[in-house]
Amino acid sequence: MSSVTDQTLDHDSHDHHHAPKGLMRWLLTTNHKDIGTLYLIFAFTMFLVGGAMAMVIRAELFQPGLQLVEPNFFNQMTTVHGLIMVFGAVMPAFTGLANWMIPMMIGAPDMALPRMNNWSFWILPFAFAILLASLFMEGGGPAFGWTFYAPLSTTYSNDSTALFVFAVHIMGISSIMGAINVIVTIVNLRAPGMTWMKLPLFVWTWLITAFLLIAVMPVLAGVVTMVLTDKYFGTSFFDAAGGGDPVMFQHIFWFFGHPEVYIMILPSFGIVSAIIPAFARKPLFGYASMVYATASIAGLSFIVWAHHMFTTGMPLFGELFFMYCTMLIAVPTGVKVFNWVATMWRGAMTFEVPMLFALAFVILFTIGGFSGLMLAITPVDFQYHDTYFVVAHFHYVLVSGAIFSIYAAAYYWLPKWTGYMFDEFLAKAHFWCSLISVNILFFPMHFLGLAGMPRRIPDYALQFADVNQIVSIGGFAFGLSQLIFLAVIVKAARGGEKAEAKPWEGAEGLEWTVPSPAPYHTFETPPVIK
Amino acid sequence: MDLKKIGLCWLAALVTIPSQAKDMPLNLSQGVTDISGQVYDLHMTIFYICCIIGFIVFGAMFYSIVRHRKSRGVKPANFHESTKVEILWTAIPFMILIGMAIPATKTLIAMENSDDAELTIQVTGSQWKWHYKYFEHDLEFYSVLATPKKQIENKLAKGENYLLEVDRPLVIPTNTKVRFLMTSDDVIHSWWVPEFAVKKDANPGFINEAWTNVPKPGIYRGQCAELCGKDHGFMPVVVIAKEQAEFDAWLAEQVAKQQAREAEEQRLLAMQLSEQELMDLGKRTYDQFCSACHQPNGQGLPGMFPALAGSEMVTQDRQGHIDIVLHGKAGTAMAGYGKQLSLKELAAVVTYERNAWGNNTGELIQAADVQARKNAAD
Ligand code: HEM
Ligand SMILES: [Cu+2]
Repeated sequence: MSSVTDQTLDHDSHDHHHAPKGLMRWLLTTNHKDIGTLYLIFAFTMFLVGGAMAMVIRAELFQPGLQLVEPNFFNQMTTVHGLIMVFGAVMPAFTGLANWMIPMMIGAPDMALPRMNNWSFWILPFAFAILLASLFMEGGGPAFGWTFYAPLSTTYSNDSTALFVFAVHIMGISSIMGAINVIVTIVNLRAPGMTWMKLPLFVWTWLITAFLLIAVMPVLAGVVTMVLTDKYFGTSFFDAAGGGDPVMFQHIFWFFGHPEVYIMILPSFGIVSAIIPAFARKPLFGYASMVYATASIAGLSFIVWAHHMFTTGMPLFGELFFMYCTMLIAVPTGVKVFNWVATMWRGAMTFEVPMLFALAFVILFTIGGFSGLMLAITPVDFQYHDTYFVVAHFHYVLVSGAIFSIYAAAYYWLPKWTGYMFDEFLAKAHFWCSLISVNILFFPMHFLGLAGMPRRIPDYALQFADVNQIVSIGGFAFGLSQLIFLAVIVKAARGGEKAEAKPWEGAEGLEWTVPSPAPYHTFETPPVIK
Repeated sequence: MDLKKIGLCWLAALVTIPSQAKDMPLNLSQGVTDISGQVYDLHMTIFYICCIIGFIVFGAMFYSIVRHRKSRGVKPANFHESTKVEILWTAIPFMILIGMAIPATKTLIAMENSDDAELTIQVTGSQWKWHYKYFEHDLEFYSVLATPKKQIENKLAKGENYLLEVDRPLVIPTNTKVRFLMTSDDVIHSWWVPEFAVKKDANPGFINEAWTNVPKPGIYRGQCAELCGKDHGFMPVVVIAKEQAEFDAWLAEQVAKQQAREAEEQRLLAMQLSEQELMDLGKRTYDQFCSACHQPNGQGLPGMFPALAGSEMVTQDRQGHIDIVLHGKAGTAMAGYGKQLSLKELAAVVTYERNAWGNNTGELIQAADVQARKNAAD
């Protein structure tokens, strides 16, 4: 540690003269910024692939009757769409943001385990290549829903299941490695003076997310392995004929699955908690309560899993317990929303694109929270469960929640990444088109669900026709709107107005103390935080 | 030119589809039972609570967006915490939720109490149909989607109850506590009738309970709610509620019919059916029960469902063929049809499979042959 400055010199000369160029640079890189970029590009690519599948789904549902695809292919589309969006788009996007921003936010030179970082990214493309390739197998790919309930995924599935299990294992390993890296980095590499209660909230929320990942990814690995052995090696974990229980599958899956949904939203909370104060020019309201609320949401997320299973025939006591716990989780979630609004209150707000996405996030995520609260009421959940009402709920929290927050983050930090300001007109077009179409797409789904349309069906009764048509139109519009983002990114990567070190007047944090674009190596000498 | 035509077609579709559709309610149905009414009330209560909270939160936010913007020349305040406010907005939602939990608990307890039922019906899901068995009576039957394939394939105008119609609906008496015992023969299904607020999973190897008490005669429609494979969207639930007297009459008639069918079966054992008769009935039976998986042309779906055309079992192993149709094959999607089809239908469908699509074995299977295999299994 005493020779930090010499090392700096060494590194610089090393990189500038011997670093591999072209493809090898990206294959072999251990630089957190490169890896962050890879993650983000990968996530957006997967977002487009999963989005294309959603377009197939919405095209088939545009009219009653079967017109474009077979029911079996339809089920493959819903399944793989879900898997790709969860494991291929949202989670890698957050990991990409973590890679880029966490070291810069805590004043560290890089992630703590750079070689593992390279691995955790580079195994991902293989996982998704396997998953996508399984669609071309005889009999098609996985068609049992992203929740792969047994025995539909065991006795009654085809042989693509083996590939599915393998792909999920790889994704899980990647996530666990990413999470370990985040934890080790945050615990060990904070700059002097960066005490726990000074950490930016994005760092806090990611730290808690990483613990959730380490806790539940092995559970997912366990349950897919049980599916594999039930299908191929004669075990009967989920087969009543051999003494097993198919409902046990759901308990194990949702013990992973519920924390997983918080894995996909906690980093969003961190992002929005950075952006709203920046554009309201006022410090975040209730920093400490934000940290505690995040921790209690994470804790509670382990004891609410069976709210996905109210209709499976749990004993009354179980239903009551999970109903009360689920209602309880709405309290810390509410605290967060109240804090954001209090941050805006009597601020001096401006509405640049990151702020627009953050504001839309607060409103639309809250709407998703409301439907979550409604779903928590067990007797009514019997009516909502497995209908489009649930589909509306989780798309509000995941698309206009998680994904909008990722867009907010991308626009907020893009000048830092590329060194150029993005095209504001195009970015605003992206925002408004997305905002309008996402609501045309998902809001009417509430009505479909209430009127009784089950989810995961390729064809429906005539009364649902009108609303499905509206939803599909919203879907196509939302899909197209995302191409505008592609245009913005390509343009900003190529050039434009030069960005200052701190392009946003009210922004706070170490990342704005380095030039834009951020140099290849930052904070090789740790900054000192007062 | 072509583009124009395509455009016109879409336009025509846009205009015509809505006109053939029924109006869709935008809210949850109140349903017809006492329980479904309670559920509706809970739904509205929690919905209004969300509206009020939303009104306050979004109101404050929009007020702030309009008034506290830099372009109005405001100076930002600098406050960033207030223990009092924070305790308040933790405690108030907590109280509201307790207020919500009380009625929800009451309704839930009522829903889970299926004691003192007067009629018990076993509901068994299988890919992709429902089976109903009246526990206290000698009556059981399958209930299968009745919408013709041509309507699904858009070759025929769709009927009013498209996808929500079955060949034999479940019939229950009104003003009677009816208990349902749910189970499944293969994957998990979920039996759902929105008007009763009853949705319960049918788990293979386990039995779940649910109940209802319908005050009003009528036809109530629902669907399978849990993804159960390829034709998950095509296994509706239809329940007809009849006044007690009418129900009793219906029940007596059905029981008599079922007994007559069983007697007929016995008589059939001594009879030989002609090839023509067997092949005609066989094709009808095949198209209704087998073609969803093995396909109308007997080619199956590679990797999912095996082809029957040219299959070794079908063309050679006669006993094995009858056995698999009767009992299914454990560990696969192939279900047994011994319970579901009559001896005559079973004989016909096996004959059909052994002679259609170039299988030309020339063999005829008679009811007695099927009965013999049935006996062999007992
Ligand atoms: C106030 C907070 C929330 C509550 C009370 C809540 C409650 C629920 C309940 C009860 C269900 C089960 C519905 C059913 O299947 O019948 C559900 C489903 C779901 N929720 Fe939430 N939720 C909340 C927030 C979130 C968040 C923040 C996310 C993710 C970012 C999320 C993602 C999901 C997903 C993905 C499903 C459906 C999974 C599936 O069946 O495919 N929820 N939620
Ligand atoms: Cu959950």
